[in-house]
Amino acid sequence: MSHAVVTDKRPSSLRGAQLPKWSPWAIAAGSLAVAVGIGLAAGLHSRIQWGLIAALLFIAGTFGIAARVEGKRQAKDRVATSLVWVAFLIAVVPLVSLIWVTVQRGMKVLDGYFLTHSMGLVADSEPGGGIYHAILGSLEQVGLATVIAAPIGVLTAIYLVEYGRGNLARAVTFFVDVMTGIPSIVAGLFILSLMLIFDMQPFGFAGSLALAILMMPVVVRSTEEMLKLVPNELREASLALGVPKWRTILKVVLPTSIGGITTGIMLAVARIAGETAPVLLLVWGNPFINANPFEGAQASLPLYIYQQYANSAGSGAAYDRAWAASLTLIAFVMILNLLARGIARWKAPKTGR
Amino acid sequence: MAKRIDVSGLTAYYGSHKAIEDISMTVEPRSVTAFIGPSGCGKSTFLRTLNRMHEVTPGGRVEGKVLLDDEDLYGHGVDPVSVRREVGMVFQRPNPFPTMSIFDNVAAGLRLNGNYKKNELSDIVEKSLRGANLWNEVKDRLNKPGSGLSGGQQQRLCIARAIAVEPNVLLMDEPCSALDPISTLAIEDLIGELKERFTIVIVTHNMQQAARVSDRTAFFNLAAVGQPGKLVEIDDTERIFSNPSVQATEDYISGRFG
Repeated sequence: MSHAVVTDKRPSSLRGAQLPKWSPWAIAAGSLAVAVGIGLAAGLHSRIQWGLIAALLFIAGTFGIAARVEGKRQAKDRVATSLVWVAFLIAVVPLVSLIWVTVQRGMKVLDGYFLTHSMGLVADSEPGGGIYHAILGSLEQVGLATVIAAPIGVLTAIYLVEYGRGNLARAVTFFVDVMTGIPSIVAGLFILSLMLIFDMQPFGFAGSLALAILMMPVVVRSTEEMLKLVPNELREASLALGVPKWRTILKVVLPTSIGGITTGIMLAVARIAGETAPVLLLVWGNPFINANPFEGAQASLPLYIYQQYANSAGSGAAYDRAWAASLTLIAFVMILNLLARGIARWKAPKTGR
Repeated sequence: MAKRIDVSGLTAYYGSHKAIEDISMTVEPRSVTAFIGPSGCGKSTFLRTLNRMHEVTPGGRVEGKVLLDDEDLYGHGVDPVSVRREVGMVFQRPNPFPTMSIFDNVAAGLRLNGNYKKNELSDIVEKSLRGANLWNEVKDRLNKPGSGLSGGQQQRLCIARAIAVEPNVLLMDEPCSALDPISTLAIEDLIGELKERFTIVIVTHNMQQAARVSDRTAFFNLAAVGQPGKLVEIDDTERIFSNPSVQATEDYISGRFG
């Protein structure tokens, strides 16, 4: 494994011996091979252990070889680089494996029929059925929550950045920060207590309200950051033209930051789309199609996933449906992200000539 | 269109910090008045009090009087928005609106104020761009974003944007400090043309520029860091640069200060 290119020692003070370009790959391959060997020899079953051994060997090997060939300082540099790479891999591996497993298991029952039918007449333990009712419920609840939370959040952020001074602004900022940390179940309980006061049955809009509570602080925070990025010179340029402040905000500040604001809202939507707890408390779940979010229990994707697991009684069909619904939910969030990126790119201030 | 500015006893604050103290001067219509002085002496602050942009800064407030042809800008019931329509401003760094095309940038003042006739708009835009000596360079790409122009062109675009709303006074806060000598020359020529129609006040760190473009020059100074800036003297540019009546002015202009 030692592939040091031995050049003549110290030809000049600027040039020293150097490892070839491919050496990190070679060290990685070598350490992987050694790690597999150690793993087999020691009878370690977990691949994760193999990987961690390989990572440690990689870093130690890089340092050892580089220190011998190139010297101490270069060796430290290479160790820092390899640490970054190892950290990157450790971060990416779970993500990729999560998507891989979800796709693998979810594709089993995910088809047109699954997307367009409800669980109405299918028992949880039987095969068949679909998630149409859950998709519908999710779209309606999340959509209504967005309609409530996005305008309030954006307006709050505008107040904080453009108008807010003094104690009120400080108090609003403080409460937004606190609200960011509210556990979703607490938001659910808050709306549930209102529902009990007015003696109401579970319905979709109640879930939307709880989701809106969760979404609002995220929207405020991200919008605030985006508005702060708008250069003050643009505001002053507009004000100096004799444009009133509200028109300056509407026609100059918001258009300049609209890409970032949209991205922030989309990410907030993605966040609440996966919320289960408040939906479980307030919307209850419903195997039948209920298109009216203002009356009667509804389903939603995350809740559907949970209930398929919980009520499956070990039935493989229910597990398959839960995985397929998970895949749908991930796809939904991914589409939202792509949309957000598209809008951000489309609306970004143009620099072309 | 051009109007006279009469300032008397003007003091401006940032919060509790007094930035400029007790400034009185007269700015003649259809002339160029240059403000010179060391950094931090309050030239820009004073300039911004002339169209009430100073109060946009948090904590900014003003005492004293600024008369624009006998009307006090700080009088009771005066709307700062209407003041800024009368007194336009060009900033140190070119700041075209990044989301708007060249055409929209020039039309922005009229559009955002809402008082214009649709069929006149393109005439006004052309007139303003010609007025800013930019028309020939951009007439084929009016729909391209304004941020794609060079720095000097952007600054002239900002001047076009400012004169499109037909103000009476044009304030310029170091309009050439971010530009190369050729763009600077273009802007200086432009200032010479614009003074036929507007009252122009320009802040500059470049004393040759003040000598080249201005009719009258005001020298600002501050006693020490943290002290408020004061107007040392204002006189005809020729006199200021040849035979100023205050020793401090001569020291500053000749490079012997302190």
